[in-house]
Amino acid sequence: MTVLDAKIPDGPIETKWDDHRFAMKLVSPANKRKFSVIVVGTGLAGASAAAAMGELGYKVKAFTFHDSARRAHSIAAQGGINAAKNYHGDGDSIYRLFYDTVKGGDFRSREANVYRLAQVSNNIIDQCVAQGVPFAREYGGLLDNRSFGGAQVSRTFYARGQTGQQLLLGAYQALSAQVKKGSVELHTKTEMLDVVVVDGRAVGIVTRNLHTGEIRSHAADAVVLATGGYSNVFYLSTNAMACNTTAVWRAHRKGAMFANPSFTQIHPTAIPTSDEFQSKLTLMSESLRNDGRIWVPKDLDEKRAAADIPEEDRDYFLERRYPAFGNLAPRDISSRAAKERVDAGYGVGPMKNGVYLDFSEAIGRLGRDVIAEKYGNLFDMYERITGENPYDVPMRIYPAPHYTMGGLWVDYELQTTIPGLFAIGEANFSDHGANRLGASALMQGLADGYFVLPATIGNYLAPMLGKPKVDTSAPEFAEAERAVNEQNDRFLRTNGTKSVDHYHRELGRIVWDYCGMERTREGLEKALSEIPALRAEFEANVRVPGSADTLNSSLEKAGRVADFFELAELMCRDALVREESCGGHFRAEYQTEDGEALRNDADFAHVTAWQWTGDSANPAEHREPLVYDNVELATRSYK
Amino acid sequence: MNLTLRVWRQAGPTAPGRFETYEANGVSEDSSFLEMLDGVNEGLIAEGHEPIEFMHDCREGICGTCGMMINGQAHGPQALTTACQLHMRTFSDGDEIVVEPWRAAGFPIVKDLVVDRAAFDRIVESGGYVSVETGSAPDANAIPIEKDAADLAMDAAACIGCGACVAACPNGAAQLFTSAKLMHLNSLPQGQPERFGRTVAMVEVMEEHFGSCTNYGECEAACPKGISIDFIATMNRDYRKALVRNRRSA
Repeated sequence: MTVLDAKIPDGPIETKWDDHRFAMKLVSPANKRKFSVIVVGTGLAGASAAAAMGELGYKVKAFTFHDSARRAHSIAAQGGINAAKNYHGDGDSIYRLFYDTVKGGDFRSREANVYRLAQVSNNIIDQCVAQGVPFAREYGGLLDNRSFGGAQVSRTFYARGQTGQQLLLGAYQALSAQVKKGSVELHTKTEMLDVVVVDGRAVGIVTRNLHTGEIRSHAADAVVLATGGYSNVFYLSTNAMACNTTAVWRAHRKGAMFANPSFTQIHPTAIPTSDEFQSKLTLMSESLRNDGRIWVPKDLDEKRAAADIPEEDRDYFLERRYPAFGNLAPRDISSRAAKERVDAGYGVGPMKNGVYLDFSEAIGRLGRDVIAEKYGNLFDMYERITGENPYDVPMRIYPAPHYTMGGLWVDYELQTTIPGLFAIGEANFSDHGANRLGASALMQGLADGYFVLPATIGNYLAPMLGKPKVDTSAPEFAEAERAVNEQNDRFLRTNGTKSVDHYHRELGRIVWDYCGMERTREGLEKALSEIPALRAEFEANVRVPGSADTLNSSLEKAGRVADFFELAELMCRDALVREESCGGHFRAEYQTEDGEALRNDADFAHVTAWQWTGDSANPAEHREPLVYDNVELATRSYK
Repeated sequence: MNLTLRVWRQAGPTAPGRFETYEANGVSEDSSFLEMLDGVNEGLIAEGHEPIEFMHDCREGICGTCGMMINGQAHGPQALTTACQLHMRTFSDGDEIVVEPWRAAGFPIVKDLVVDRAAFDRIVESGGYVSVETGSAPDANAIPIEKDAADLAMDAAACIGCGACVAACPNGAAQLFTSAKLMHLNSLPQGQPERFGRTVAMVEVMEEHFGSCTNYGECEAACPKGISIDFIATMNRDYRKALVRNRRSA
């Protein structure tokens, strides 16, 4: 077992980033145009990185499988983005945001990365306001804030319920300016299907044009993956339909280690499933927990409508169990508390699969108009989906797979274990530990993209000045293209009886049942025998109609689901070896008497990074010890 | 409920298209329109046919990917609702539903219900941004912005770029889309330095790709985000002002 070197700079945490920026080698302005960088993905992290590197003078090639760079799933983030501005004088600081994020992550993230994230959080807000992002404002014209789960200060900036949309449009517009200038070459409807590694370095990618089916190679001096998370391994999640693990998984198969794959986040407030045809779960922003109160009836056989149930017959279970944070307890804790009540039979709604999120008290206190201004678009969305009006009856919510803290292992410079291959945003693992706090995903995506990667990539590129470059005539490109074509041909030839979606749904069921909100040794072992069996059936019996030389959504999905199968196995294996409970990873065997997560710092204060060995049943395990010099390891308490 | 669908099928950009008829049986009224199409596609795949290709992604009405004409209306019959958020309880058992791709010269068909909306990106690239390089920004609270201006900018910025406005317009015009981006940036202090250059550049690129506005107002009615047609008037006013300014400085 190798111990991984994260290359964390020496010195006090407050000056690590400044010191490191000075220590890193620079590429001079005139030399930057001699280097090309591929960025895969144009969500918050990818678009901001491509724009910032284009501005610096690098030759950037950006790729998205969407029809426009404005469509990535960052756009769906509703609630907000954190920053340590302390504009409200309520005691916030860079150190507090750092501390809250490490604690929120249940002490499984890297201190130095998190501190840097908190430092650059303020630059992000400045940058976005200068771009014209229309954040909410107070009557005096200054920026408004609200609070989010896991924090006792108001540090979340927001643009109505569409913060992700507005931040992504800001990054998309910055990217568009660079496209116009010619510093970024943008390829839309182009999906990355492999990373090409020559002499141990990432030198390019192989792509498929989703409209024409054309397979093509692209070479560059460095490759950046900004391709998001893998919650769709559960089939039903809050992610968009096309979100997938293919780019990171294929990089993993080429040698990039995968860290903490079992650290997945189940978001507490999504709309419960209504029937078996459902294709995805829709999130209701966590910000709703600022004014909504979560409860279930106290009586197992409650038949009355919500409004007719008097106060004394309601169980406000978050306020009861966590009085200090109440309805704003962190996501993992809130999700598990809801599951506990529903499993015990107290669920509400026709399928008894939800809990109430009730605004009647807030509407009484603040008035309907104030609530409408804050959450109007979310209320409208809820009504469109469920046919119920949340101004009159409480929302019904239930936890749903939402975000993945795990991802490609990266060092302090966001470089994976393949030199020249970088991973940013949700695609990497580094900042959120075992649980991400609300409004921190947008912060991390933009921190990596605007401020961290554009600085660190120079340290990799500078020594390569004047060295010979690899182009697409290298045999490794031809070999990667051949493998991609062969896989597509195999799917089209199989001509079985079941659709790709069928297998995806079945896989999702296994992962959700055994590697979801609660895991056990027995369940994980069962999953590890069921997943390979289902995969074998998928390979032998999938039906992919059509051809490879045209738009073919079944073919696209087949490749993605094949990768989800292998990832699912690794998730279960990772959950199995982590014999403790922390954050989103809850092993039923390791809990306190009152059902809280029981962490084991003596044996598990490390990152588990997995290396592909060619056999999905036998990956090699590596570790990065987590050292806490600043934050004292403590049992998380939100009581 | 049981439904009959008449769906536009077209194998490629230059292939001839045609309507095909499909039965959708046992549809739950709680499912979305796209989930209903998923079900039809499952059936087509089971019979060995190619599924209907359609644009979709987030399925929560924000990414702007989805879009189709449903019974002749962009995104279907429900106001302020994208196709992915349209639920089957809007329809009745036995309905016949006609499904077509966006109809506009500016959006060429790729396959079935999928069109190419790259022209929207060309409009934004021509000036739909504030030129501020990363890291050069002043403190976010350095410029107070009147709440009304910030709210107006947000109203305009809510556009999701789906293209319903163009599809609904008898002229295939993109004035609503273009004016929304201009209104967003031009109503904020940050957008002022480039205001007139931006307006001219975006209007001119828009006119290269799309038809002309003759005030039908179909765009506003079709917009799932309620973007106001008043923004077009502001855009036209700024465009005239810009021409005068340019003449003076020439």
